[in-house]
Amino acid sequence: MNTQRPETAAVPQPANGWAIELEKINKRFGAVHANKDIDLKIARGTIHGIVGENGAGKSTLMSILYGFYTADSGTIRVNGAEANIADSRQALALGIGMVHQHFMLVDNFSVLENIVLGAEDSGFLKPSLNRARKELDRLEKEYALEVDPDAIIEDISVGQQQRVEILKALYRGAETLILDEPTGVLTPKEADDLFRVLETLRAQGKTVILITHKLREIMAITDNVSVMRQGQMVATVKTSETSPEELAELMVGRRVLLRVDKTAANPGKTLLEVQNLVVADDMGVPRVKDVSFAIRAGEIVGIAGVSGNGQSELLESITGMRDQKSGTVILNGKPLSLEGDDGAARARQAGLAHVPEDRQRMGLVTTFQEWENAILGYHDKPAYGSGAFLDIAAAKKAAADQVKLFDVRPANINLKSSLFSGGNQQKIVLAREMEQDPDVLIIGQPTRGVDIGAIEFIHNEIIKMRDEGKAILLVSVELDEIRSLADRILVMFDGVIVGEADPATATEGELGLMMAGINKTAPRTIGIAEQGPLP
Amino acid sequence: MDLAVILSVLDATIRLSTPLLLACLAGLYSERAGIFDIGLEGKMLAAAFAAGAVAAISGSAWLGLMAGMAVSLATTLLQGAAAITLKGNQLIAGVAINMLAAGMTTFLGQTWFSQGGRTPALSEGGRFSPITLPFANELAGVPILGPIYSELISGHYLLVYIAFIMVAVTTFVLYRTRFGLRLRAVGENPKAVDTAGISVVKQRYQAIIITGLLCGLAGAYFSIAQGSGFGNNMTAGKGYIALAALIFAKWKPVPAMFTCLLFGFLDALQIRLQNFELPVIGVVPVQAIQALPYVLTVVLLAGFIGKAVGPKAGGVPYTKER
Repeated sequence: MNTQRPETAAVPQPANGWAIELEKINKRFGAVHANKDIDLKIARGTIHGIVGENGAGKSTLMSILYGFYTADSGTIRVNGAEANIADSRQALALGIGMVHQHFMLVDNFSVLENIVLGAEDSGFLKPSLNRARKELDRLEKEYALEVDPDAIIEDISVGQQQRVEILKALYRGAETLILDEPTGVLTPKEADDLFRVLETLRAQGKTVILITHKLREIMAITDNVSVMRQGQMVATVKTSETSPEELAELMVGRRVLLRVDKTAANPGKTLLEVQNLVVADDMGVPRVKDVSFAIRAGEIVGIAGVSGNGQSELLESITGMRDQKSGTVILNGKPLSLEGDDGAARARQAGLAHVPEDRQRMGLVTTFQEWENAILGYHDKPAYGSGAFLDIAAAKKAAADQVKLFDVRPANINLKSSLFSGGNQQKIVLAREMEQDPDVLIIGQPTRGVDIGAIEFIHNEIIKMRDEGKAILLVSVELDEIRSLADRILVMFDGVIVGEADPATATEGELGLMMAGINKTAPRTIGIAEQGPLP
Repeated sequence: MDLAVILSVLDATIRLSTPLLLACLAGLYSERAGIFDIGLEGKMLAAAFAAGAVAAISGSAWLGLMAGMAVSLATTLLQGAAAITLKGNQLIAGVAINMLAAGMTTFLGQTWFSQGGRTPALSEGGRFSPITLPFANELAGVPILGPIYSELISGHYLLVYIAFIMVAVTTFVLYRTRFGLRLRAVGENPKAVDTAGISVVKQRYQAIIITGLLCGLAGAYFSIAQGSGFGNNMTAGKGYIALAALIFAKWKPVPAMFTCLLFGFLDALQIRLQNFELPVIGVVPVQAIQALPYVLTVVLLAGFIGKAVGPKAGGVPYTKER
């Protein structure tokens, strides 16, 4: 623990007093000590960031504050007065509101109905709705949070839905607002808008607690930042006096390389070619509209885009999981037939490996033991058995090798897959696909829900594959990840590849505009583009 | 066909739709709150038996009705305990209720009354009698409108009027009250309800209590209004048809009413068509005609419904975790 810094000492008694004070908070879940003697003080009228890896105990701590869990021991003070928060209703009464990572909205309700839900004035709805409409109008003006009160939630954008969540908390009189990973689902533009709203909230005297794993956001907007690691609060510092590198080190407990270290690509012959691909979703709506691109040996091509713009369907189609309407996929010079239920198997046989976007739903059978997942999809290979029978010893041997090579922890191939952490599950999938020595590797969301330490490892493995002369297609909603890994970036919007960019020169602002479907050559939008990336 | 025949078919339609409608609305409250209810049939059957038995012993239709509702409510709470509190599988809880009701009603009927599982035929006061609305007789002579009022609208059992009034009540409750807002929310996204500081479990129990009471009315209708005493399996799968109607109506009260009327009409037509000589084909076997409503149910559900998306959280027990 040589990285330990003096706690809270860096933040002196603030002028406006403390909004929230937590003292010696402890919470156990069975054998897991999720929060160990946590001390945290949050000054009123500030934006306070909380960072930490998955499982560091951030969410547990905030859930205790919001009344979802009760602490085993410890004291909570709100505005200086000791508080006993047994459920979310009491938290709301104390002026603590929460915007969850997954929105707590009813999709087929109107904005107004969602705002009123749980905060109705009387048995009949009409008076409540009328009051809410007036109040909403005032809040929207005060905080520049515009939404149509009569719009149905499922019809509005994710950014708008998030505003509804914020308005919901404000309508209930929240003075302290907790935001859990608020930018995960937003476009860069929407994230900028959100930060502007948060700044307005701060200017109006509200307190904001921002939970995130994006250090850039912490640096851009917070006043103070607390770092958690393995259930403990390891530091609270002024944001202006720290750096992303220092925060990352505090989070992981060792030095971490934030930038991916790679040499320039040395592309060879074309390995994967996609021509005029058209793919429809389950409802028959076209999601990929006439997409063509090629990937050469030894290069990583990244597809950037806000989620839901056809990337998933594109991946599923190239890997044989979803039938294409028209178009051709050429692997290593030969057209690849992907139709039918065994399309995915044929793709694998032909040398196209796939790390799916959702490892728990598509990459693993989480109830299987590790070794069973380690050969999943390749179980028909002669190496793992003959005819109807598995050669379990051979499969376990392969699994053990993979676990060792990819540093999967715990290194127990008989453990149920669901018991591994997200990062280690991802390593299991990557190991399986990479160890089959494919020509082309298709990776969706390589580090979604993966810890910083494991991200570094996974990124390095991907670069290593590239340098071995494989063609890699990378789809990620993390723009930073695409920018640091890819040698070429294709931007997808509404099922079409709207542009190509060089990661070395393209700014985040330019990419963000392309991702939002705004043609950067159109004169009207040049002003926005020139604002460039976040400070 | 003349007016009299049409009126008599429509009159039968209303009579036959009533238990469907009550059961369908019962299911609506439960399913809108996120509890799939395949146990409508069993609850109706239990209520029908209880109502028939108590009415036979006490000689009072009202006591019979109370007993029917009480038994249905108790059965619902049993189902609720399994599906809500113990987080069991909702389908299995419902099926268990159906099996329990089918077995228990026959067993208790035989033990208590020794009439092959049936309850004794009811005396005059033991069943509900039709209600004649004001001026029905006086207006009967008015051409067209007269017979429609006096024969079609007037002259039904109290439960018939309650069923149709409940459509309006349900619409209001669902869309205009706090209870309705929370009920709909709990079936769509219980987490949102929980984080808003409302108890999901309490809300779901409140919903199924209404389900139980309405099923009680539907069951009692069979044995002490439409029929005169309980007979084995007298609900004859109407609970399942009500469920089908609910899906067909996409879980909305007014469409539910029209769907139930449609199914009731098919049933009425079926009775009318028995021994009726059709041109070319001749007399169709009774069994084929009787199967008609059920066949049409399948056809309607499979062919005309399109994609029925029910309450999103339906069928999933709520567990508070993150």
